[in-house]
Amino acid sequence: MASAIFILDLKGKVLISRNYRGDIPMSAVENFMPLVLEAEEEQQAPTPCFTHEGINYLYIRHNNLYCILWFEWLNCEIVGLDFLHNLLDVLALTKKNSNATTILLFLHKLTEVFTEYFKELEEESIRDNFVIIYELLDEMMDFGYPQTTETKILQEYITQESHKLEVQVRPPMAVTNAVSWRSEGIKYRKNEVFLDVIESVNLLVNANGNVLRSEILGAIKMKCYLSGMPELRLGLNDKVMFESTGRAARGKAIEMEDVKFHQCVRLSRFENDRTISFIPPDGEFELMSYRLNTQVKPLIWVEAAVESHTGSRVEYMIKAKAQFKRRSTANNVEINVPVPDDAAAPKFRSSVGSVQYAPEKSCLVWKIKQFQGGKEFIMRAHFSLPSVQSSEDQETKPPIAVKFEIPYFTVSGIQVRYLKIVEKSGYQALPWVRYITQNGDYQLRMPESIKTGNMAPI
Amino acid sequence: MTDFKVPRPRFFTTARKGENYELQADLNSEYRDKRKDAIKKVIANMTVGKDVSGLFSDVLKNMQTEDLEQKKLVYLYLMNYAKSQPNLVILAVNTFVKDTDDSNPLIRALAIRTMGCLRVEQVVDYLCEPLRKCMRDENPYVRKTAAICVAKLYDLNPELAVENGFVALLQEMMSDSNSMVVANAVTALTEIDEASPDNRIFVINGSSLSKLLIALNECTEWGRIAILEALAEYKPIDSKEAEHIIERVSPQFQHANGSVVLAAIKVVVILMRHIRNEELEKSLVKRMAPPLVTLLASAPEVQYVALRNINLILQKRKDILQNEMRVFFCKYNDPPYVKLEKLDILIKLANSKNVDQLLSELKEYASEVDVDFVRKSVRAIGQCAVKIDEASERCINVLLDLINTKINYVVQEAIIVIKDIFRKYPHKYTTILPTLCKNLEVLDEPEAKASLIWIIGEYAESISNASELILSFLDTFRDENLQVQLQLVTSCVKLFLKKPTKENEGIVYRVLKVAAQECDNPDLRDRAYIYWRLLSTDPQAAKTVVLSEKPVISISNSTLSESLLEQLLNDIGSLASVYHKPPETFLGRGRFGADAIQRKAIEEQEESIRETPLQIQTQTNVENLLDIDFSSPATPTSSSAIPASTASPSVSSTTATSAGPIDDLLDLFSGTSVNSSSNGAGINTTQGQNGTRGNGMSNDDILGLF
Repeated sequence: MASAIFILDLKGKVLISRNYRGDIPMSAVENFMPLVLEAEEEQQAPTPCFTHEGINYLYIRHNNLYCILWFEWLNCEIVGLDFLHNLLDVLALTKKNSNATTILLFLHKLTEVFTEYFKELEEESIRDNFVIIYELLDEMMDFGYPQTTETKILQEYITQESHKLEVQVRPPMAVTNAVSWRSEGIKYRKNEVFLDVIESVNLLVNANGNVLRSEILGAIKMKCYLSGMPELRLGLNDKVMFESTGRAARGKAIEMEDVKFHQCVRLSRFENDRTISFIPPDGEFELMSYRLNTQVKPLIWVEAAVESHTGSRVEYMIKAKAQFKRRSTANNVEINVPVPDDAAAPKFRSSVGSVQYAPEKSCLVWKIKQFQGGKEFIMRAHFSLPSVQSSEDQETKPPIAVKFEIPYFTVSGIQVRYLKIVEKSGYQALPWVRYITQNGDYQLRMPESIKTGNMAPI
Repeated sequence: MTDFKVPRPRFFTTARKGENYELQADLNSEYRDKRKDAIKKVIANMTVGKDVSGLFSDVLKNMQTEDLEQKKLVYLYLMNYAKSQPNLVILAVNTFVKDTDDSNPLIRALAIRTMGCLRVEQVVDYLCEPLRKCMRDENPYVRKTAAICVAKLYDLNPELAVENGFVALLQEMMSDSNSMVVANAVTALTEIDEASPDNRIFVINGSSLSKLLIALNECTEWGRIAILEALAEYKPIDSKEAEHIIERVSPQFQHANGSVVLAAIKVVVILMRHIRNEELEKSLVKRMAPPLVTLLASAPEVQYVALRNINLILQKRKDILQNEMRVFFCKYNDPPYVKLEKLDILIKLANSKNVDQLLSELKEYASEVDVDFVRKSVRAIGQCAVKIDEASERCINVLLDLINTKINYVVQEAIIVIKDIFRKYPHKYTTILPTLCKNLEVLDEPEAKASLIWIIGEYAESISNASELILSFLDTFRDENLQVQLQLVTSCVKLFLKKPTKENEGIVYRVLKVAAQECDNPDLRDRAYIYWRLLSTDPQAAKTVVLSEKPVISISNSTLSESLLEQLLNDIGSLASVYHKPPETFLGRGRFGADAIQRKAIEEQEESIRETPLQIQTQTNVENLLDIDFSSPATPTSSSAIPASTASPSVSSTTATSAGPIDDLLDLFSGTSVNSSSNGAGINTTQGQNGTRGNGMSNDDILGLF
C-alpha cells in the first residue's frame, strides 16, 4: 500500500510528508513535478497514477472550495507515493499490486478531514498546524493501510488543546466499536433530527437542443441531535420496497437506479427487505445518496441565439424558461453564458433580473432572484469585439451553465414517509424534513453563431 | 469543534546560524514549555528538510513525559532519525517498552506502532515481548495496532516473526470479537502472505470464511476493503459456495465508498467464474452496472480508475452497460484524462442502435480545442465505421464535414481513418475521392500523407489525375519520411499496373531507381528491388500479386489478450487494472534486474500493440497470404505479411500480430514488412541499422535486369 504521503505546493515543493514504510527513497518525490510537466508538454494528459522507475505515483489535486472561478485550481496538491517494494520472492511480486482506488479515495478523505479540522486547506494552514497534521497522518494510516478516517471520532482524541487537559485523552470506544462512527454517552436536552433531501440535476444538452443526459443525484443529509444509541429506521416511497412487500403505494413511488449508504446503514438488511436501518453518527452526515435518470423536462431551459457580425461585434438572444409547476419557484437563478475572451463594451437588455459581464470568466451572468414555474424571460446582450480575428481560429466552446435552487420540491418525487427513532431510554424525538432541488452539472452547449452582415443595434 | 484560530507561535523561521545550538539549550531547559517549544521547532525544521539529526540525544531526553502531544512529537522524531543513529535508539527502547505497559491504551498503541516503524535491527529483538503483550491487550484499539505491527516485524525480520509465533497469533486474531481487529489481522496476513516464499501463510478455510463474512458487515470502510481483497483470493469448493459468498458480498455494492464497491465487484467477477447458473450470472451482470455508473459521480481521479476498470470489465462482459452509453458522454469540464478514457469506452459501446447519437457527439468533440482529444474523436468516428457496417456511410459524411472545416490536424486525422474505412469497404466510397485528393497539399504529417498516397494507389483507376498527384511528390522523394517513401513506391507500382501508360512507366522507373539506388534504408531498397524484379520478370504475375484483393480489416472490442484480461480482472481496482499491465511490469527492479528489464521490454511491445484500437488478426493460415482462400469474408483476417503491398507502412493505427508460419515467409522477404507493419518505432529501428546493411551491394546488376 502507500509507502509515503506528501503534501506539495503547486511548484512541487514538499510542505509536509510522512514516510510509512521506509521502502522508497523519499527523494523520489523530486521527480514528481518534472514528470507531470513532461507529460503535459508532450500533449498527453497526465493521469492520476503513473509509474516511473518502479515507483508508482498517485495524486489528487485539491480544489479550493471557496474559489468561485471555474478554472482557478487549488492551492496545494496531495501526492501519495506508493511503492510496490521488492519482495523476497519473485513469484510473490505478481500479486503485490496496490489498490489504486483505495489510495486515491484515502487521499480525498485526507483532504476532507484536514478541511474539517482547519476550515481551509492551504499552504498557510498546513504550516500553522503541522503538529496536528503529523498526528492525523499517524492515526489515519498505519504502515500504508488506512485506519480511522471519521473526523468526528478523530476530533475526540486528536485536538490541539489536548495538552491543556488535566485528564489524558483515551481512544474513544468508537474507534474500534462495531459502531465506529458514534461515541457512547451523547446527551441532548432536546432530541431532534433534521433531514435534508437534496436533489442535484445533472443535465447535458447538445447544441441542437437535444437532451443527451438528464440525471438526478439525490442525497439525504441528516443533522442528528439524539441522545444515547438510537436505532433509526427510514421509510421512503421506494418502488422496489413496495413491490417486494406487496403493498400498493399510496401516491407515487420512485425507482432509484443505484443507492449508496453511509457505513452506518446495515447493507444486508437493505438487501433483504429494503429497510434502511442504522445507528446514526452524531451531528451532520450524509445518510445516503441515490441516482436516477429522469424523463422530465429540464427544469430551467435556456435557448441561445448568437449572431456575430464579421468579427466586429456579437449579439446574444437568451431565452430562459422555467419548466416546472407554477406553484414552485426557483431561487437565485444564475445563467452563465460564455462570450469571447476579448468581448468589450457590453450592453444588456432584459425583462427581469440583472445582467453582468464577468470578463474574468469570459461570460455574462444573468441573475434572476425568483423564477416562477411556467414563466419565460428573454435577455439580449451586445458586445463589441475590438480585435478583428480570423473566424477560423479554433476557440474553446464552453457550455451555458445554470445555477438554481427550488425549495420544497424534488424532481424525482421522493418522499420521506417516516423516520422511526427508538432509544432504550424511550425519549420522543422530532424529525424535520426539508426538500430542495438544485442544479448539479447543468450544461447546455452553445449553438453555432450565425454569421450575418449588419443588424440594427439594440 | 475546536477553534484553531488562536494565534500560535511561528515555528517556521528562517535558518539562523547556530540554531541547532540554541535548540539544544532549549531542549535541555528546566522549563517544560520551553522544552516543548524547542521540540516543535525541531520538528518544524525536520519538516522543511533541515538536518536536525544532531539533536538526537537531546530530543530523546524529552521522551518520558505525561504530555501526549510532546510524546508524539518525540516519537515522530525518532521514526525519522532512528536509522541515522541506530546505537542511540537503544536508549529509547526502555521508554518504549514502559509505554506499552501504560494504563492509557492510546499510549500503549502509540508505543507499539512507533516501535514497529523504527526499522532498526537493534530494536527488533526488544520488540517481541511488548508485541506479544499488545496482541493480547484487553483494548481492541491496541490489538488492532499490534496486528499491523506484526506485518512491520515480518518486513524487517521474517524468521523472527514466524519463530516467535506471531504469524500464528495473527491467525488466531481472525476470530477476534472486534471486527476492526479482524480486518487488520487480515490486512497483515495478506501482506505477509504475499511476501512469504511459500504463499501458504494465509489460507482461508470454511470457518474463517464465515468469520470474514460476518466481519465484513461490521467494520469500517477500509476494513471492508481488506476483507474483500482477502475473499477475492479464496477458491470456493463448488458453485454453491461461490453463490453463497456472492450473496453475502453483493450488498456492498451499496456502500458509499467507491473502493468498497469496486472491491466487491472484483470478488463477484472472480467468483462468477465458478457459477454454472446462467440466469444468476445474467442477473449479477445486471446488478453490477448501476454501481459502476455511479462511480462516475466521484472525484475525477477516482472516475479515471473506475473508467479504466469499466474498460476491462466491458471486454469480458460485452453487454453490461449496453443501454448506458450516454453516461459516458464527455462534459466540457472533464479533465483530459477522463475524456480520453470515456472515448475509449464509447467506441466499445457503439452499436447500430446508438451510433447516430454517438456520431453527433463525436462530431461535437472534434470541434473542441484539445488537439489530442480532437484527433482521438476523429479516429473514433473511423472506428465506428469499421465496426458498424450500417453506419459507415454516415461516418463518411461526418468525416467529409470535418474535412471541410479545413482545420489542419482534423483533416489529416480524417484522411488517416478514411484509409481504414476503405480497407474495410473496398470500392464503396469512391465518390469521395476527389474531395480527398483536393486536400493533398495541406497534409504535412507522414501518416496522413502516406494514407492518402495509399488511397491514390489503390484507386488509381478511378482518379483521372492520379499520375499527376503522384508526380507531385517525386521531386521531394528523398526528403520524405520513410513511411511516405514506402507508400510512394507501392502506389507507383499500382498506378503503373492499373494504367500502363508511357508516362506511368516513366514514373515507376524513376521512383524505383531513386529508392533502390539513392536511398539507404534497407526496407525501402528491398521493397523497390522486389517490385523491380517482379515487373521485369513477369508483369502479368506482378499484376496478380500486387493488385490482389486484400482481406478486409476488422475491429475487435477487446484490446487485451484473453489471458492478460483474466489476470487483470483478478486485480480490479489495483494499479495493474489502471495501467492494463500485469503487475510485474511496473514493479521495482532491484533484486531481479535483468529478468525484469527483459519483461519490461516485452511489455512495451505488447503495449504498443494494445494501444492501437484496430487490429488485424493474422491467421496462421498462410494460404490467405497467397491470396487463395477468400471464401470466408465473415472471418476478418488480413495478411500483414504480404510484403509491402497490404501492410502499408502508414498503418500505425493498425497493427498486425503475426504468427508462426508467416515468420518463415517473412524471412524470404528479408524481413521488411515485420517492421513496416508494426509502427513508427519499428521503422526507426531499421533506419538505425541501415549503415550496416545493403550499402555494399552492387546496384548495377539488378538495374541491368530492367
